[in-house]
Amino acid sequence: MNDTVSLLEARDVMKYFGDDRRPVLEHVSVELNQGEFVALLGPSGSGKSTLLRILAGLMKPSSGDVRVHGAPLDGPNPNVAIVFQSFALFPWLDVLQNVELGLLSIEMSDDDRRQRAVKAIDLIGLDGFEEAFPIELSGGMKQRVGFARALVVQPEVLFMDEPFSALDVLTAENLRTELQDLWLAKTMPTKAVVMVTHNIDEAVSLADRILVFGANPGHIRVELKGLPPSDRTTKSAARARLVELIYRIMTNPDDDAMAIVEHSQLDRPRAVASPRAGRRPAPARARRYQVLPDVGIDDVTGLVQYIGGIGGHAAVHDLSRDLQMRTDDLLSIVEATNLLGFGALQDRQVVLTPIGTRFADSELDEEKAIFRAQALDHIALLHHIVRDLETTPTHTLEAERVIDQLEHSFSGEEARRQFETAVDWGRYAELFTYDDSSGELTLDEEHRPT
Amino acid sequence: MAQPIVPVRATMIRDASRDQPGAPPTPRWVDALMLCAVAAVAYGIMRAAAEWRAPLSPNVQVSLSPRELPYYAGLSTLRMAIAYVLSLVFSIAYARIAAGSRTAERFMIPLLDILQSVPILSFMPGVVLGLAALFPGRTLGLELAAIILIFTSQAWNLAFSFHQSLLTIPRELSEAATVYHLGFWRRFTRLELPFGAISLIANSMMSWAGGWFFLMASEQFTLGANNLRLPGLGSYLAAAADAGDTHALFLGLATLVAVIVLLDQLLWRPLVAWSDRFKLEQSGGDAPQSRLLDLLRGSALLEWVSARVTHPLTRALDRRLGTPPTAKRARRELHDDAVSRFLRWAPALIALALVVWGAFAAARALAGLGMSDWELIAVSAGATFLRTTIALILAAAWTIPVGVAIGMNPRWARRAQPLVQITASVPATAVFPVLLLALLTLPGGLNIAAVALMLLGTQWYVLFNVIAGAMAIPSDLRDVAASYHVTGWRRWKTLILPAIFPYLVTGMITATGGAWNASIISEYVTFAGHKQSTVGLGSLIAQAAEHSDFHLLLAGTLVMAAIVIAGNRLVWRRLYALAEARYRLD
Repeated sequence: MNDTVSLLEARDVMKYFGDDRRPVLEHVSVELNQGEFVALLGPSGSGKSTLLRILAGLMKPSSGDVRVHGAPLDGPNPNVAIVFQSFALFPWLDVLQNVELGLLSIEMSDDDRRQRAVKAIDLIGLDGFEEAFPIELSGGMKQRVGFARALVVQPEVLFMDEPFSALDVLTAENLRTELQDLWLAKTMPTKAVVMVTHNIDEAVSLADRILVFGANPGHIRVELKGLPPSDRTTKSAARARLVELIYRIMTNPDDDAMAIVEHSQLDRPRAVASPRAGRRPAPARARRYQVLPDVGIDDVTGLVQYIGGIGGHAAVHDLSRDLQMRTDDLLSIVEATNLLGFGALQDRQVVLTPIGTRFADSELDEEKAIFRAQALDHIALLHHIVRDLETTPTHTLEAERVIDQLEHSFSGEEARRQFETAVDWGRYAELFTYDDSSGELTLDEEHRPT
Repeated sequence: MAQPIVPVRATMIRDASRDQPGAPPTPRWVDALMLCAVAAVAYGIMRAAAEWRAPLSPNVQVSLSPRELPYYAGLSTLRMAIAYVLSLVFSIAYARIAAGSRTAERFMIPLLDILQSVPILSFMPGVVLGLAALFPGRTLGLELAAIILIFTSQAWNLAFSFHQSLLTIPRELSEAATVYHLGFWRRFTRLELPFGAISLIANSMMSWAGGWFFLMASEQFTLGANNLRLPGLGSYLAAAADAGDTHALFLGLATLVAVIVLLDQLLWRPLVAWSDRFKLEQSGGDAPQSRLLDLLRGSALLEWVSARVTHPLTRALDRRLGTPPTAKRARRELHDDAVSRFLRWAPALIALALVVWGAFAAARALAGLGMSDWELIAVSAGATFLRTTIALILAAAWTIPVGVAIGMNPRWARRAQPLVQITASVPATAVFPVLLLALLTLPGGLNIAAVALMLLGTQWYVLFNVIAGAMAIPSDLRDVAASYHVTGWRRWKTLILPAIFPYLVTGMITATGGAWNASIISEYVTFAGHKQSTVGLGSLIAQAAEHSDFHLLLAGTLVMAAIVIAGNRLVWRRLYALAEARYRLD
């Protein structure tokens, strides 16, 4: 397919937001070819939804360009339909009117429009719901309307932005299978599909090609080849290996993804180092602080105690199922336990360290003492804040000063988030108190040097 | 943040009555009645039109005969309706333009804030003179002046509300509209207007209340020696007060209340019930009901009209205005040459030139004022500031305990709510004459009476908000307070006052603006042929307007607007931010 012009292409796209020109996408190039199902996979904040919107012409890239069949795109992409995470149905229109909405801008008679809409509604399994209003439908049914509205315009490219993540597990599975059948049976005239997701299983089940994104700022870390359809069933070994590889890549955000791929025990190389996507330049600045994942302290202590209660180790997959949590959320919490020295990710298993096991078994007072020690030893930011608090005569510190410091290592918004996470953890550890209205940190009285 | 996936709740079935087929058939006589109503309204408009073309006579006699009352009420309602339609069109266009361009927004929204703070009544003399000159010798000019005055009391909050709606359209809905190439017209009719409908209707009700408040002021103007009047309910009330005819005064008031209640039942309630379909999410509470709406939904006549007239019409309109994207793109390319770029900037340039010219002229006029004038303005502003503050404190002092008592007791709330609503719907200005009868005899005269008049005009905003706030206190918080024996003052301090604080601030913001505006009609009154006045900024503005002293009028108006804006920015907005940050219960 080397000589054919791609359906849709982004070349070296950059995107900045806000006045401080905070980058959300850096040097991203993607090409979409006929017959492909591409998944954009990554943690939140990695710019994958932004890329989708740039490809759809809903946003302009700050630099770089988007080409449709080789011609530069200006304004909304005419060949694209989108299925949205929140369904984006118009609550005051019934199912039929919502589906017809996609056809309004196309010149045709009212009867033709109605016929096409009814056909799309039948195709997606909504027969009999034409007169229903969105509010009468369950989430799964709503998303079916979303699909019907997208498919009725017979788009050349179908975009899906986290289409299943607002649905409960069973409904999502059901809808995903139906979509897969439609796609593989070529029942829809659509030539290519792009799906944004944070769900590894979802990407592996559906995609021919998986682009793994990294955050801060968003970039493509690696491009992986999907499985042949026959291997996509839940039980296959190839599938398990690919899922594991992606887990490993996503849980090691600072490592070179290509190295992980080469290191993995795959039978044949699946990764394609796309020359244009390139490798990320080596981290420009050595970070003074670790990146604290944006997770509440209750989730961290809760997870450690839960794993402690079931024998000290658990597979990520089982945890995700038993705790009803999204994989990426779970991995953020695991990352936090890792930073604190309570647990580590080994071979898709979360394993508690001895200190983690002690933490899980102890009473509240001891628990806090352990946490305090671990936080001070392992979290550089907390260590520095406490050191500064101890050395100032008033034992207070202004939040803005800490945030200013953090801005050497993080973007403005990220710096604030890092600070908030540190405050959450530090308060729990009883290292200091924080008054939100005055923006002042005060050293906890028990720990003041005498 | 870690979020467990919450299973979607079971299907919610909507009230069946919203669907056409489910509605019970409406009896034929209702259709007949509706036809009669349409005919009556058409006849009324024709008669009013004849009135507007009539030659202007300097001293129209307003008959105090009760038999004329329905006719007068009709004229006033028509005036209000025209002004309201203008306000609605203006607000939607204004908000749409402001939301469409960030540059425009930066100017248009602060301008709206200023317009909202300018005392409306100060405009009157200029507007009346200008329009009377435009239509010499006809009442039409005067009618237009009245409509513009009402317009200025109705438009701003509508524009604010629609702008706010446009900004809060969920991102993905807006993106869907773009991806499916809805174009300007269809995006407006399918997304923006429906999304803003609920808030527009709620604000329309507020706008009508604001309009009634200026009913009397809009139907009679004193300009120098001329006393110009328009026949209507407002001028009837004014004439009755002038003549000291209490019987006629009460009859007029009763008619006004009847009109307000009728409009509520025949217009607003059905509209509110109908607009329920535009809710994004169905909350657990009861959907608003309207018997009239149910009747209309089942009506065979309306169905016929809808199928044969309205539906084809809207479809044709949609086809014409919903330009296909190809044509639009061609037009956009056309738009990028120098001429069209100039044309796009021309309105902004003209507006800028007008503003600069206006500011310059105003500065020259203000420079003409002497030191003694400014001293007078300062003293007057101080006196009115004292009065508004006292009125607000009094309003808070009685509405907080009463509002909380009503709001925290569901049984009371159910009984008191309609009563309070009707009482509050009576425009304070209409009751002024009655109050004056009693108050002017008291020691302190108008000085004290003015405070009472301001209080009358503004206390309801506070009361409504306090009741709403008290009703919103979660019952588990109340249970906690009860189980830990938190009672008396401690209960107020820890539970009630913090919980109603955001509502109280909202009510007080509206009340402050209202009190300043009301000062113009409460510090200077004509009653039973006598003119009464007291020191105050409102009195200064009213007298300057009457004596056509435009320099003083301008200065007084600007000072009042500045005080209101400064108060909003320095006090209320900060309190509001505090309330949002600390005392929100959700």
